[in-house]
Amino acid sequence: MSYVAIKGGKAAIDGAAAATDYMRCMNAVDEPIKLSVIEDQLRLLTSRIVSEGGLYHPKLAALALKQFQGDTLEAAFALRAYRSTKPRLLETPLQDTSKMRCIRRISSAFKDIPGGQMLGATFDYALRLLRLDLANEDPAAFREVAKNFLSNTPEADLPDSFPKVLDALRAEGLLPPLGLMREQAFDITRDPLVFPVPRSAALATMARAETGSLLAMAYSNMRGYGDVHPTVAELRVGYLPVMLPHPVTGELMEAGEVLITECEVVAMYESGNAGDMPVFTLGYGACFGHNEVKAISMAILDRALQKGMRDGPDNPSEDPEFVLLHVDGVDSMGFASHYKMPHYVTFQSDMDRLRTTQGKVRKPGETA
Amino acid sequence: MNSNYELPLEDAGYSFGFLDEYAKKEVRRCILKAIAIPGYQTPYASREMPMGRGFGTGGLQITLSLIGVQDTLKVIDQGSDDSVNAVNLRQFVQLTCPGVDVTEKTEEASLLQSRHRIPEKPLTEAQILILQVPYPDALVVVEASEARRKIMHAEADYSRLLVKLYEDIVHFDEITISHRYPTRINGHYVIDPSPIPRWDVPKLHQSKALVLLGAGREKKIYAVPPYTLAEPLVFDDIAFRVEDFRDATGVRHACRCCGSTVSFLDEFSNDQGMVAYQCSDSAYCEEQQQTGRAA
Repeated sequence: MSYVAIKGGKAAIDGAAAATDYMRCMNAVDEPIKLSVIEDQLRLLTSRIVSEGGLYHPKLAALALKQFQGDTLEAAFALRAYRSTKPRLLETPLQDTSKMRCIRRISSAFKDIPGGQMLGATFDYALRLLRLDLANEDPAAFREVAKNFLSNTPEADLPDSFPKVLDALRAEGLLPPLGLMREQAFDITRDPLVFPVPRSAALATMARAETGSLLAMAYSNMRGYGDVHPTVAELRVGYLPVMLPHPVTGELMEAGEVLITECEVVAMYESGNAGDMPVFTLGYGACFGHNEVKAISMAILDRALQKGMRDGPDNPSEDPEFVLLHVDGVDSMGFASHYKMPHYVTFQSDMDRLRTTQGKVRKPGETA
Repeated sequence: MNSNYELPLEDAGYSFGFLDEYAKKEVRRCILKAIAIPGYQTPYASREMPMGRGFGTGGLQITLSLIGVQDTLKVIDQGSDDSVNAVNLRQFVQLTCPGVDVTEKTEEASLLQSRHRIPEKPLTEAQILILQVPYPDALVVVEASEARRKIMHAEADYSRLLVKLYEDIVHFDEITISHRYPTRINGHYVIDPSPIPRWDVPKLHQSKALVLLGAGREKKIYAVPPYTLAEPLVFDDIAFRVEDFRDATGVRHACRCCGSTVSFLDEFSNDQGMVAYQCSDSAYCEEQQQTGRAA
């Protein structure tokens, strides 16, 4: 039977679903993956999903990774779709990231920063040599790693929070003074982007953007299609207490904490309004989970977009429409996938146009 | 990430229509605005649906926002009720909207969601046609920036689109736009009527049924209200033409199943490698076959 008259569509879909599930379970000697294994041992993958899914729910992110067999685009997509079923009950007030319980914070602007550089867990200085001893890891040795780390690390007298590096720069007058945010933050889950959009809409869009897309756009700016030339004033990763107003008293209460990555870049200075002192410019990036490359990319793009919004874009990465409408993983992967669907009505119409046009070029008497 | 709580396993149950009620209300409000300003692309906060962007999430959000237990739904893709995507969407509605009836018969449906086709059988005032839209803006072929396109629409400035049509005629002696033919609604806004073939464009004109167009990824809803002007963009001396199904000798191809010579045809190679033609609208074809047999 030909492809055109698809009959038995339901049977085909059911069959595909069964084959997909078989691929997950085909190696019968394997153990099914526990969600906690994904969440802990593939923590950076889980981080990516909560960030791109725009929903802080590490357990569901782990479930989505399991269900979609490691496809990050699909897993983030599933979290987004889950989100569509939930009403928005309230808005969070501004959260204070200086209250973050840091697991890592660095600055590349200063050798020493108030509170100190804290490298924490990072692959930055690791040699990318494959550790073949992990191939068949002994469970006992695996447990030893955590035990040894905890018993051999001296209890440091670490503060609960660290001052922000930017505060020092601001005190010196090198940064623009903090402006009070007058308008309410733009909620991209409740309002569509109609350009021009406020900066908060740009930040929200980038916070849940697909990591690779965001990186590619930012990289174009770093390489020469743009001139942000950033310095990382501070990059911090940690658990941010989420404060919500008490439903009765309205007093802010800690409702829980979320793991986030935050990056603040300082870029070349610009003269402000006439008569003002020239100051450095800033770019800001933040997202759920531990995603440093994403937060840095976002901070660079925030700076590029602010410039584009002010002076008009000179490069793609400075054009809000270009950046913000092309970095969403759910949108872009969905549309790329849709080309796999049948398009024979439109193609029939295309053929009609081509044949008609060819017919006009052909000499009289000539046949196809 | 050290989350130490239980996964709420009962959360798998979804409310009627999948979307939360606020979201459905918002979509309905946008639909009303779209009807009030025929052809205007009303922005809305399109929600992520559990199927891919580009698979009909815009149409589906309209359908789910409008549907109630008294409704009967027909879903088609490429004119067929049984193509995989149509089946998938229909199953999803059945799963999330218990009590809703589904049908393959065009005349039985109160809501019809379609991708790329308008049914051959004329629709009635009691029906709503919901078209899935990949590109909502007809101006995108001449202007990439949405901000600039919005201004052009507001000023009904379609000169660049007309220049494109003119250049087509200069280059090819034909307008080369096959599907998604730019169509002026109520004398002002030019819409992208979704990737329906030119064959279906005249059905929008003075349509008895309300036509709603939903673009999920691009976050727009627009409408062709009942009994509204819908005129394909052409020149006074160059007529709009639908797809031509005549062979080299001028004889109209007929559907190999029902013999219809007045329907939009799909062309394909049969098992013998011969070119064959068959109705794109499967429900129409079925009915023609049955009435043919009855006669």
